[in-house]
Amino acid sequence: MTAAGNAAAVIDAGRPLQGGRRLPLTWLGAVPFLAYVGLFLLLPTVIVVAGAFVDKNGSVNLSELQTLNQPYVVKAYMSSVLLSVESALIGAVAGALLAYVIATGNPQGLLRRTVTSAAGVLAQFGGVTLAFAFIATIGGAGFLRVFLLDHGIDIYPGNIWLYDLPGLIVVYLYFQIPLMVLVFLPALDGIRPQWREATESLGGNAWHYWRYVAGPLLAPAFLGATLLLFANSFSAYATAAALINQGNPIVPLAIGNLIQSEVGLSDPGQAKALALGMIVIVAVVMISYSVLQRRTARWLQ
Amino acid sequence: MNWHRLHRLGLAVAAVFIVAACGSSSSAGSTDWSTQSSASAGGGMDALVAAAKAEGQLNIIAVPRDWANYGAIIDGFTAKYGIKINSANPNGSSQDEVDAVNQLGKTSRAPDVLDIGMKVALANTALFTPYQVGVWKDIPAAQKESSGLWYQDYGGYMSIGYDSSKVPAVTSMQDLLGSAFKGKVALNGDPTKANAALNGVMMASLANGGSLDNIGPGVDFFHQLKVKGNFVPVQATTATVKSGQTPVVFDWDYLSQSHGTDVPTWKIFVPSNATLGGYYAQAINKNAPHPAAARLWEEYLYSDAGQNFWLKGGARPVRMAAMQSAGTLDAAAAAALPAITGTPVFLSPDQATAAGTYLAAHWAAAIS
Repeated sequence: MTAAGNAAAVIDAGRPLQGGRRLPLTWLGAVPFLAYVGLFLLLPTVIVVAGAFVDKNGSVNLSELQTLNQPYVVKAYMSSVLLSVESALIGAVAGALLAYVIATGNPQGLLRRTVTSAAGVLAQFGGVTLAFAFIATIGGAGFLRVFLLDHGIDIYPGNIWLYDLPGLIVVYLYFQIPLMVLVFLPALDGIRPQWREATESLGGNAWHYWRYVAGPLLAPAFLGATLLLFANSFSAYATAAALINQGNPIVPLAIGNLIQSEVGLSDPGQAKALALGMIVIVAVVMISYSVLQRRTARWLQ
Repeated sequence: MNWHRLHRLGLAVAAVFIVAACGSSSSAGSTDWSTQSSASAGGGMDALVAAAKAEGQLNIIAVPRDWANYGAIIDGFTAKYGIKINSANPNGSSQDEVDAVNQLGKTSRAPDVLDIGMKVALANTALFTPYQVGVWKDIPAAQKESSGLWYQDYGGYMSIGYDSSKVPAVTSMQDLLGSAFKGKVALNGDPTKANAALNGVMMASLANGGSLDNIGPGVDFFHQLKVKGNFVPVQATTATVKSGQTPVVFDWDYLSQSHGTDVPTWKIFVPSNATLGGYYAQAINKNAPHPAAARLWEEYLYSDAGQNFWLKGGARPVRMAAMQSAGTLDAAAAAALPAITGTPVFLSPDQATAAGTYLAAHWAAAIS
């Protein structure tokens, strides 16, 4: 009785009081989100894109964009893309294998629950904290490094690669692999055991199953997740800034330097031109991602 | 009801009091300190102190407590005048200071005073207001802008600091290429970003056949260090020196000296064939929210006490020569400074710009 009464009251509250035209208010709930996205994503993007076409004297032209063809800028873009491709590919393969192990195991098992919750946490573990964890462990004076050195093992026979691009790949994998597990697991769960049985009853072996059934089904999801990992690594700044203090080898760090330099290299216009280049690359990647995502979704109903 | 009336009465009294206070300070001193270019022009030191105390606060920026003994200066100023100091972004760069002045405009959080690299100071004089401290004549003419837009405060020489318990004694730049320095040599920042690091590379250039107009040999030297595995691409800080990540550091001697607190075996070497000096400058934000406190801060910094604080931090205050002849210099602190045997040279702003442009194109390639 009371429950029904309450329900009726709730329904009444939703109705216009005086029977006038009903205003569609469903979009109200999205206002905070739209305002947030507008203020912190769209507005900065517009400012960056517009600013890339304004030179130091305030006139509109392409001079800042032309700075993009300087050798060191081109090199920064290449390093950024290479770093992102490598960390995305390694992360995707390792993450996919781990996800496969989980998907084929007991759905309620301890392994699955442990790995998925750990992946949920670690996929968000980045920035200065992550860089510090690595520096304190295997940095120049890291405890593991010093311990091994005391036992005659030098993990850095050449330079300390942790503070360089190879180090960045290792550190990025720490959040890339868990992220891959999270985004690829649903695709693996969508693969039905019946499809394998069907392949076998039609006389196919494991190769046939992977080549003609599971492979084509999982490929869009795998490629899509790889692109997501690429974008994730391409745009990371804080981890790299905490780890790499010299040379600004990747684009986000180069942009940072163009804003902060106190030796006369500060050039916000050029920073915006570099950022525009990043936006273009990420836009291409994310459009490809959504196309692949649509193909994947067809099979995961 | 009585309470309400009382309350209102109290508010009214307070309001009258505040209005009166404002009125009295502007009528008695009749001074708008934001336009005064010296203490005497504004009615003398006593009036300045009173006005600064009334403001009660001072905003400083990019001043780490362990930088040239600034911690003691900040505490000394607050203890003497009872003015609260708000220190923003202590590890910021000179460019960050200028950005803050531009972005914060006339708000109450804008920086009042700047301690700024010469390169950035000369590019932004439109943001400053002229002020001449009481001891203006003690500052050598080459170290100040004649109207008082900026005036150098302290400086020192580029040096190689090292932990003598971890590496052999450094007696020349070439020593650093030896195998004993593997994974140990660091700069204070990226030379395309930080002025101290740019000067570090310039010192290496001077010691290797370069000149103030040619930083190339310095970049080549760091490339050599990198090839031998001796260069650590970590920005040296108090923390990295303490933890042992950066046992050899290119830095200003006065910054390097502060590492002795954590590492008693820390030693400082200034090459005689590369004695590169550098000074920072003071300037007052023309939109300073606390104009009187800003001017009082400058007076304090250039007083004998303020200058000796810097000297105790290992920095060479700009009035050092004048104070030495007047006998007010802290002799013990002066004797503790690293020995300088070469002829000091200084980068001009144009030379610094040229070096920066060269580094932008070549630094990343040299150390990767």
